[in-house]
Amino acid sequence: MPASISHPATSKAKLQALRKKPVRKYLSLEMAVPGVFLLSASIVMAAVAVISLFVFRSGIPLIQKVGLVSFLTGRTWDPSAGIYGILPMLTGSLLVTITALVLGVPVALAGAVFLSEFAPITVAVVLRRCIELLAGIPSVVYGFFGVIVLLPLLRQIFGGSGFSVLAGAIVLAIMILPTVLSVSLEAIKTVPQEYREGSLALGATHWQTIKGVVLPAARSGIFASFILGMGRALGETMAVIMVVGNTTRMPRSLLDPVRTLTANVVIEMKYATGDHQQALFATGIVLFLFIMALNFAARLTFANSRRSK
Amino acid sequence: MLFPRKFQSLAVVSTLCVLLVAGCSRNPSPAEQGSITIVGSTSVQPVSEVLAEKFMQLHPGVRINVQGGGSTAGITSVQSGAAEIGASSRELKSSEKNLHETVIALDGIAVVVHPRNPVSSISLGDIRRIYAGQVTNWSELGGPDAQITAVTREAGSGTRGAFEEIVMGADKIADSVIVQDSTGAVRTTVSQDPNAIGYISLASVNQEVKPLAFEGVMPSPQTVRAGTYRVSRPFIYVTKEPPTGLVKAYIDFVLGPDGQRIVEAEGLIPVRSHE
Repeated sequence: MPASISHPATSKAKLQALRKKPVRKYLSLEMAVPGVFLLSASIVMAAVAVISLFVFRSGIPLIQKVGLVSFLTGRTWDPSAGIYGILPMLTGSLLVTITALVLGVPVALAGAVFLSEFAPITVAVVLRRCIELLAGIPSVVYGFFGVIVLLPLLRQIFGGSGFSVLAGAIVLAIMILPTVLSVSLEAIKTVPQEYREGSLALGATHWQTIKGVVLPAARSGIFASFILGMGRALGETMAVIMVVGNTTRMPRSLLDPVRTLTANVVIEMKYATGDHQQALFATGIVLFLFIMALNFAARLTFANSRRSK
Repeated sequence: MLFPRKFQSLAVVSTLCVLLVAGCSRNPSPAEQGSITIVGSTSVQPVSEVLAEKFMQLHPGVRINVQGGGSTAGITSVQSGAAEIGASSRELKSSEKNLHETVIALDGIAVVVHPRNPVSSISLGDIRRIYAGQVTNWSELGGPDAQITAVTREAGSGTRGAFEEIVMGADKIADSVIVQDSTGAVRTTVSQDPNAIGYISLASVNQEVKPLAFEGVMPSPQTVRAGTYRVSRPFIYVTKEPPTGLVKAYIDFVLGPDGQRIVEAEGLIPVRSHE
């Protein structure tokens, strides 16, 4: 019946006959559909609300007890003595994330430029498949790779235990590659072909066109890809725990072991009770706000990139 | 006689009724009824769960709830009456000695190094200095000139708690020591790094790592049971009073041949020989 309705050559009489009954049927369906979708959307909203409420309610009492400033800037984390300072973990998270971006972003960006501007179609297809595969590998596998391959290597080169900011950053750099690469690739691809042609027509070389026209035109999207990669790096837990050593001391170099915020929660939640447990939820709040701020920043840059077109 | 004659006959009738109902249930064995709550150490929890499951199979009318929370939480729950049994993986403190304790098993903690490490024995003082961050090179212990990678468990872990109590004493584990969040992760780290040292439950020692003699005694179920290997801890069931009724039945089962066989199968050292 839907086919006959959409058919333009239906006779008037037939149309009128059709209109009588089925319309009511469609109407009830039309009314039901938004309801079902609204329900689904509400479930998502409720999940966000309940989780936020739970994390904040569990963590806020400790922050009040310890004091926000001393919680954020305390350099000692010793739950058995009731001392909760997360500055080493905050530093650890930032250090690992930034180092991962420094290592991963140039590779990802260069890859995106290659795929969009240089690669023959067959090579591009193969490469994109590889990137999708990379994105599909579970994080614990990355971590295991880090433990078995990366740590012994770092141990040989730098001495020490191998557990370090650097180890975490290298693993994370590989993990954020697919995200950063594919999002910036999309951004580069949306740059109109006319821009490139115009630039080439003015006598610019291929590289000059990329550097001076394509990348600047795609910069908002590329920036957003960095932020997405940063969010992924900051939130990653499993692979990081396996290679950073998880010490609670302030790192002094990239070769020092560290603990990240996510690792702090995961490692100690199993046995924590009372204040200790609340302190872990409080760590979760800090992480939560951090990542929310990042998402907000990513949304803003996306919006900017759309407006600029 | 405590009761008048009238009540006696009533008691007899009601007992018969109970027996009748019990006889009607699917299981023919005269099972105890009721429930027990076990709260406490997460180290004891796995073996408690297996023991409880087996006990419930044998006595279908009984429910045993096994919960974690830590040794201290278990002891507090017993004191407050919230739980019938508290599970502890550490010795009771003097302030807790008014409670009744039953040691159900022993767990040894082995200090392990990489199999290629030439060091084969270590003293209490040396381990303490390694974990306190005072000894940082294997050459100080007669090994190669290499930096020691000390590996510990996370804060709150029962294994760490026992290690701190027996080995560290008043000293604190330095914050430069690598933290791994499971026995398996500690073992993997030590098996990968020729310069690492760690401590794990004796039951988890395998050929990937080399256990060290502690104060001249190799860790083994025999030396732990004899008390000559000192880095061990008891797994204790704590009750408010000496156990009676259902709780006694359960603890008797745990200490009996079936229970102790489960204890051994879970990698612990039984406290009663069951053969």
